[in-house]
Amino acid sequence: MSDRIPVTVLTGYLGAGKTTLLNRILSEQHGQKFAVIVNEFGEIGIDNDLVVGADEEVFEMNNGCICCTVRGDLVRIIDGLMRRKGKFDAIIVETTGLADPAPVAQTFFVDENVGRKTKLDAVVTVADAKWLKDRLKDAPEAKNQIAFADVILINKADLVKPDELADVEAHIRGINPYARLHTTERCRIPLLEVLGRNAFDLDRILDIEPEFLAVEHHHEHGDGHDHDHQHDHGHGHDHGHGHHVHGGSGLKHYHDEEMQSVSLSTERPLDPDKFFPWVQDLVQKEGPNILRCKGILAFKDDDQRFVLQGVHMILDGDHQREWKSGEQRVSRMVFIGRNLPQGKIREGFESCAAS
Amino acid sequence: MSDTRGDIPSVVERTRPVTVDAPVVDVRFLGDTAAFVLGEEALVLLARNGEERRVAVHAGVVLSAAADDERIVTGGDDGKVVATDASGATTAIAADAKRRWIDQVAVGPNGALAWSAGKTAFVRSPKGGEQSLDVPSTVGALAFLPKGFRLAIAHYGGATLWFPSAQAEPERLEWKGSHLAATVSRDGRFLITAMQEPTLHGWRLIDRKDMRMQGYTTRVRSLAWSADGKWLATSGSTQLILWPFHAKDGPMGKTPQLLAPMDVPVDTVGCHPTQGVVAVGYANGLVLLVRIDDGAEILARKPGEAPVTAVAWSADGKLLAFGTEDAKAGVIDLG
Repeated sequence: MSDRIPVTVLTGYLGAGKTTLLNRILSEQHGQKFAVIVNEFGEIGIDNDLVVGADEEVFEMNNGCICCTVRGDLVRIIDGLMRRKGKFDAIIVETTGLADPAPVAQTFFVDENVGRKTKLDAVVTVADAKWLKDRLKDAPEAKNQIAFADVILINKADLVKPDELADVEAHIRGINPYARLHTTERCRIPLLEVLGRNAFDLDRILDIEPEFLAVEHHHEHGDGHDHDHQHDHGHGHDHGHGHHVHGGSGLKHYHDEEMQSVSLSTERPLDPDKFFPWVQDLVQKEGPNILRCKGILAFKDDDQRFVLQGVHMILDGDHQREWKSGEQRVSRMVFIGRNLPQGKIREGFESCAAS
Repeated sequence: MSDTRGDIPSVVERTRPVTVDAPVVDVRFLGDTAAFVLGEEALVLLARNGEERRVAVHAGVVLSAAADDERIVTGGDDGKVVATDASGATTAIAADAKRRWIDQVAVGPNGALAWSAGKTAFVRSPKGGEQSLDVPSTVGALAFLPKGFRLAIAHYGGATLWFPSAQAEPERLEWKGSHLAATVSRDGRFLITAMQEPTLHGWRLIDRKDMRMQGYTTRVRSLAWSADGKWLATSGSTQLILWPFHAKDGPMGKTPQLLAPMDVPVDTVGCHPTQGVVAVGYANGLVLLVRIDDGAEILARKPGEAPVTAVAWSADGKLLAFGTEDAKAGVIDLG
């Protein structure tokens, strides 16, 4: 399955800088060939050989699952693109500023042909440092895009003061503590931070936690600006006391009224016969509110790590690899969504431990 | 069920391999010439006398194909619709002004043609007049009705029936979801679509009664009517699915016949033009000939590395062509 073509989804509210990032990716000397799927009505030119205009046709699956929506145009376009096998190394999908990322992500799980030939590498969201906070208040799409992201660029960071920047970061963390966060100017960022993330492969859930509040800053040196980054990387994020979700000590912390994440972890092996019925029932009932979930699971009498991910009601899981010797067999899950019944989820997860 | 059918009668040794340099996405017969549609740029024609010819038809991906006995019509991501005959002569049918992808093509009675780009369906009448119709969303499939000049257009939320030569408004058939393949029964009474979900939808056209045909494991991509029109053979399951259309209600309230089970899905089906036999191509590269009456099987191709993407019979039923996703192709002489 490793020859599946990776797909990066670029989201971000109107004017945040998606197309700037896209053109930056394409113009860089990386030796990779991309197929780019853009919104047909885009104004700015895209400098690439293979650009396909999409029309963002979202439709509901007729399977009794109201939140199960799919981008029909993507199914069609990827079907067509894959006939060019060997002509490109990766696909980038740019969505419109008002797009909900869920149908895009769900397309990769729902259509078996798309899923067999491509894999979602990461959802990358470009946020406008100056305007994001306002948009989080008045545009549900903007909040969805943040909640959904694996990688977030706080762009136009040069246009705000350091304390404003810190505030935006804190707002983002209140919604999505798990994404990789970068501050950028004109989307200047090493491409490796955006492409080939394997974010949907979930490894980072375990890796990211110790540093999840660390923000990487990308700025051009020697351009005359004096970057005064208020919060450096050394001011003591303390993760030793079980503060999994909102752990930082030095940063301001916002709790988003509506959108939260629930982080679960247990060292007790899980019983698959308890876990799967529980999680399936949970996403059936809470699916419309669950934007994303991810998990790395250790089952009883199972020497393989099981990885699970989901969008709304759709779950997709598989054995990933053997647990390494000496690796701690910890089961970990994250749910990001609206008005999640945290206590109930936590209790349910705990009850899945093997007796 | 992981057997490879090693113990059943075989016609494998009658295969003539055909050299193709790209994945095969479709195959049709023009008389006794097999026309293999490659995923990019070209067709490969194999004449009865064994002559192979590569014909360039598109400047990119070939997205769609349809054929009658005389010509194969293809649509490409170069925005062109091209017809090719058995000699390899090509005719440009149309070129989209905005160079949009030609997602679908269809051929109809008396040389009628249809194609689509985005939400627009185009038809060319047997006399050569061209018309277009916009439907609510991207066209998922096109199928002519067997008689007259009438086109079924599948899209999101249902299908549209269009009489291009009549003044009447096109008829809308509603069914929620995305309809991605379409076929009309031989008697013209039923329109069947395959949906994004692993299910078929059908309409009895006389009273627009809905039919749901469910139980599939994967999206149905291949639909074929048996020679007598009494069965609709489909892919989409780990066995050959045959829906009965003998009765006036079609398959309503009936269960399908299930034949030739395997441990991998059926990806493509093709019905013999005169007998009750279906060529069945599987995801593991296996091709079986399956008799509808009793489920008897004949091995036509051993499993390979990649799915069978297309099978087709010549009009006399003596030749069977197949192609695969890993650029393998052949014609089996059963005559």
